[in-house]
Amino acid sequence: MISAIIILVSAVFVVRSSNLIHAVLWLAMTLLGTAALYAQLNAPFLAGVQVLTYVGGVVTLMIFGVMVTRRHEGAEAPIENDSDERGFIFAAALFVILALAIWKSPMALPANPVTPTTGELAHALLDEYLVAFEVLSLLLLAAIVGAVVLARRRDPDPVTGEEPSATVKQHEVTP
Amino acid sequence: MTLTECIGLASALLCIGIYGLATRKHAVAMLLSVELMANSANILFAAFGHFRGGAAGQVFVLFALAITVAEVAVGLALVMLIYRRHGDTLLDLASEAKR
Repeated sequence: MISAIIILVSAVFVVRSSNLIHAVLWLAMTLLGTAALYAQLNAPFLAGVQVLTYVGGVVTLMIFGVMVTRRHEGAEAPIENDSDERGFIFAAALFVILALAIWKSPMALPANPVTPTTGELAHALLDEYLVAFEVLSLLLLAAIVGAVVLARRRDPDPVTGEEPSATVKQHEVTP
Repeated sequence: MTLTECIGLASALLCIGIYGLATRKHAVAMLLSVELMANSANILFAAFGHFRGGAAGQVFVLFALAITVAEVAVGLALVMLIYRRHGDTLLDLASEAKR
């Protein structure tokens, strides 16, 4: 229950804080609370992976992204008032609909569910879901190559409209 | 926590993410909101995996984690591209219709 409160409160701070660095740190708090929730749900391996990849990887990447792309010292991102109200009304309405749907749905659950140990999880991952696992590794490779290609691309100059010279490009590509 | 509480938590997190996506203009802040929504889906997978038994729920959380990491990598590369082209990371600048 405490982890749920931590998740929700820090999630509200993620979307409300106008300082982007603070927002990313609050996101780290949300993800740590989610890791605690996974541990409560008998999934200790997931909790470990969550801390490693999200808090260790994604949040670091995000902070890096904010710091590289900020113009002003504080990295301020103010919330606009007119879209604020509309967004709140839309999100609240969606939550009411979802809550009604959850409340109306009967939850037929097995009496004694068997949660897998980490060893059984590994067997399922590398046996039953092996094809999906391999496709996922291809997806990760494609995403990394795509990210590198996107980040290295040289755009035409916005003022003069001319392409960067080929020699510079050649120099950039060769290591 | 019961299954209903977990589903309620995930829906609340999803709605917070949608709220953030609707109100923010900054590209990195919008990516943060998308992260919140992906996280709510992961909570649902883990909760159903726990309460229904079997390994499928946890396996799908692992897959979703990897997909989210790939999405963040490509998203941040796009943010850097927008920043380099326009000098700022407000997504309004990137809409070609306004130019």
